[in-house]
Amino acid sequence: METGSFLHQFIQQLINGISLGSIYALIALGYTMIYGIIKLINFAHGDIYMLGAYFGFVATTMFGFSFIPALVFAMAAAALTGIIIERVAYRPMRKAPRIAILITAIGVSFFLEYGMILIATPQPRTFPAVFEATVYNIAGLVINSQQLVILFSALVLMTALTYIVNKTKVGKAMRAVSFDTDAARLMGIDIDRIISMTFALGSALAAAAGVLVGVYYNSIDPLMGMLPGMKAFVAAVLGGIGIIPGAMLGGLIMGVVEAMVSGFFSSTFRDAAAFGILILILLYRPAGLLGKNIREKV
Amino acid sequence: MMEELLKVNDVSMVFGGLRAVSNFNMQINKGELIGLIGPNGAGKTTAFNMLTGVYEPTEGQITFAGKRVNGKKPYEVTAMGMARTFQNIRLFSELTVIDNVKIAYNMHVKYSLPEAIVRFGRYFSEEEEITNKALSLLKIFKLDDKAYEQAKNLPYGEQRRLEIARALATEPQLLLLDEPAAGMNPQETQELMELIRWIRDEFKLSILLIEHDMGLVMNVCERIYVLEYGFCIANGLPEEIKNNKRVIEAYLGEEVS
Amino acid sequence: MNNIRKRDLMSLLGCFALFAILQLLLSFDIIGPFWELNMILIGINIILAVSLNLINGYTGQFSIGHAGFLAIGAYTGAIVTVKLGLPFELALIVGTLCAGLVGFMIGLPTLRLKGDYLAIATLGLGEIIRICILNIEYVGGASGLMGIPRETNFAWVFWVGIFIIFFIKNFINSASGRSCLAIRENEIAAETMGIDTTKYKVLAFTIGAAFAGTAGVLFSHYFYIAHPASFTFMRSFDILTMVVLGGLGSMSGAITGAFLLTFISAFLAEYPEWRMVIYSVTLIVLMIHRPQGLFGNKELSLKMFKMGGGNDDGRTAESK
Repeated sequence: METGSFLHQFIQQLINGISLGSIYALIALGYTMIYGIIKLINFAHGDIYMLGAYFGFVATTMFGFSFIPALVFAMAAAALTGIIIERVAYRPMRKAPRIAILITAIGVSFFLEYGMILIATPQPRTFPAVFEATVYNIAGLVINSQQLVILFSALVLMTALTYIVNKTKVGKAMRAVSFDTDAARLMGIDIDRIISMTFALGSALAAAAGVLVGVYYNSIDPLMGMLPGMKAFVAAVLGGIGIIPGAMLGGLIMGVVEAMVSGFFSSTFRDAAAFGILILILLYRPAGLLGKNIREKV
Repeated sequence: MMEELLKVNDVSMVFGGLRAVSNFNMQINKGELIGLIGPNGAGKTTAFNMLTGVYEPTEGQITFAGKRVNGKKPYEVTAMGMARTFQNIRLFSELTVIDNVKIAYNMHVKYSLPEAIVRFGRYFSEEEEITNKALSLLKIFKLDDKAYEQAKNLPYGEQRRLEIARALATEPQLLLLDEPAAGMNPQETQELMELIRWIRDEFKLSILLIEHDMGLVMNVCERIYVLEYGFCIANGLPEEIKNNKRVIEAYLGEEVS
Repeated sequence: MNNIRKRDLMSLLGCFALFAILQLLLSFDIIGPFWELNMILIGINIILAVSLNLINGYTGQFSIGHAGFLAIGAYTGAIVTVKLGLPFELALIVGTLCAGLVGFMIGLPTLRLKGDYLAIATLGLGEIIRICILNIEYVGGASGLMGIPRETNFAWVFWVGIFIIFFIKNFINSASGRSCLAIRENEIAAETMGIDTTKYKVLAFTIGAAFAGTAGVLFSHYFYIAHPASFTFMRSFDILTMVVLGGLGSMSGAITGAFLLTFISAFLAEYPEWRMVIYSVTLIVLMIHRPQGLFGNKELSLKMFKMGGGNDDGRTAESK
């Protein structure tokens, strides 16, 4: 490959990677927030993303909503689902061994996936085109309107989240709980409410990612959340689990690496690359890119 | 002339910018009972952790029974003949009392894994021997009637005793006790003191004791090292330490008994 | 100690009796082909559950990539019989050793990690194994390796399973096994008791991986095919669920968990569209009501064992 076309290909994959990466980042944010607050790898989180896509689908096809109302509807519905899941499945297990909660999360994941198959059949659905797909050709690089929408929406949502977490009372309480739950309780913070809020926020972001993916690929199915969910978790670990900017960074890196691997090598190795990064980061920097290594005190 | 067992030569431990222990020197001879005291945060536990291989000292030399300790892993240090207890008790709490002690004998087990899997050869005889050894050790510590209870169900004082028993099961030459009297009432402390002295004589080993309780250290130890802010400010006989001006200053505000 | 020998002998006799009964039922077609298939599956799942239990339950190392080792056993075993035309017995040995070797190579660097980090690393490695297999044309790539002879039968699964159960039980009741338990309970204290924690973690991981490989050989030589889709992380979750449901660190628990979940799954096969929904709800409800698993880390007592006709004498029963 000559340099010119290499560079061209590189930038093209970078563009694809960043839009894919923003999706991962949105899902990873929920993973990282939930992990930060109750130390649970919420394996059902990828399925919330799937649910979000279906909520968006219902909103556009049945209610005839346009893009933004559909997005808001999906986020709200997913937030509610997130709260309910936490209430029903995780809250009774606050004191249980962590592995038991993990198994419950796996159970919830199965439930959402196969419940959706039961309701909506396993067949993929075509997500309606909410925009006119315009393809922009800038200096030989291809960007389509969906990618721009993804980038813009992700940016807005992440800014909003950063604001909520850093500036609002709820956000401060969230950080307090994730830093030290017991101390936060002593300070009069209603832990249960904060955990609910965290699930709501995380689920809303995942749902947004689901709608955006629906818009991007035009196809949704009940098992669509399995692999992206897993990869988003990898992204969260990559950036440093529990750290919000880490999840954003991790998501972007994952997206870009995947796009590069499928662009330059073979798309069959795309998933292996994602997990390969995971192993490397865990071995050399287990606390993630933005995390701090902590040693157990003897 | 007493035989030297442990030699700590100009050892320092630096964490980032913090010198937790600075230029520490110590010598322990065979059969001695030594105390290491100092106010909170003086670096006592850090010193312990360096001796037992949990931390590698940033400077200086530690030798035990003529061998270098620096750079050894904790399990290798234990194999050299140094055993310890923890300030915050670390038992194998879901396991039975006797299994806690048996685990400490593992180092000395000679039967091979295949022998254990097919239950052949030395497996039975050695397992029986270990069980008996563990039981007699538990008897010394008055824990034999609770041998098959889960360790987490023992009362606090018994947990402390079990931890000492477990450390002794590794058959050490030097036993390091990290605040063994923490959380004990005066009567229990008194009993513990006698127990410590008795252990030293019975098992013919040296003991290094970290303690907060000055009374315990003064009564039981033959020589004492005093740490403050990572520096060794005094060492000597209990009488000398008691009257040392710097030590009194360091402990001002704390009880000096 | 003679008691132990006697008890081992008794349980072995119990196994013979159980085998005789089941084999008779199979021979006279009282158990039909559907349940025969499920008996084989139960056996294979028991092997997987007890081997994962050695890593997760007894040694306390949170591994969720077991399907990767299952895959290695399934494929290397199939290479021995299909590609090299060698006997099944050899395939069993080769599959076991290869999975053990990979387990060792993976375990050595990753077992430094703890808790969730280790979990996610093993999960990733399991997936990497699968994706690599997916890209090897020699073993059929994405369409799987076909034409594997059916060599596995009930007798094979039963006796290999019994062997592995006894192997792990005796391991746990040895000095090495106690070292593993100590690591689970408190790694720092274990290290101070003179235990080379890395060595024992890797040892347990390697043995667990090797037996998952054995299960893989049995698996591919029953279903005629080794297909990458059978070894996804969903399969790893399945095995993990069996172990946690039964009770981490309990042999009886792992066996019961494997039995129960395979059975529920088979029973629900009549309602395919409801199957996974009911399965998942059962799982959630069971975990909420018994988070420590059905058995905790306890074993069936001897009395229960005689009544229940299982094939395991536990370590707590035995250490007395």
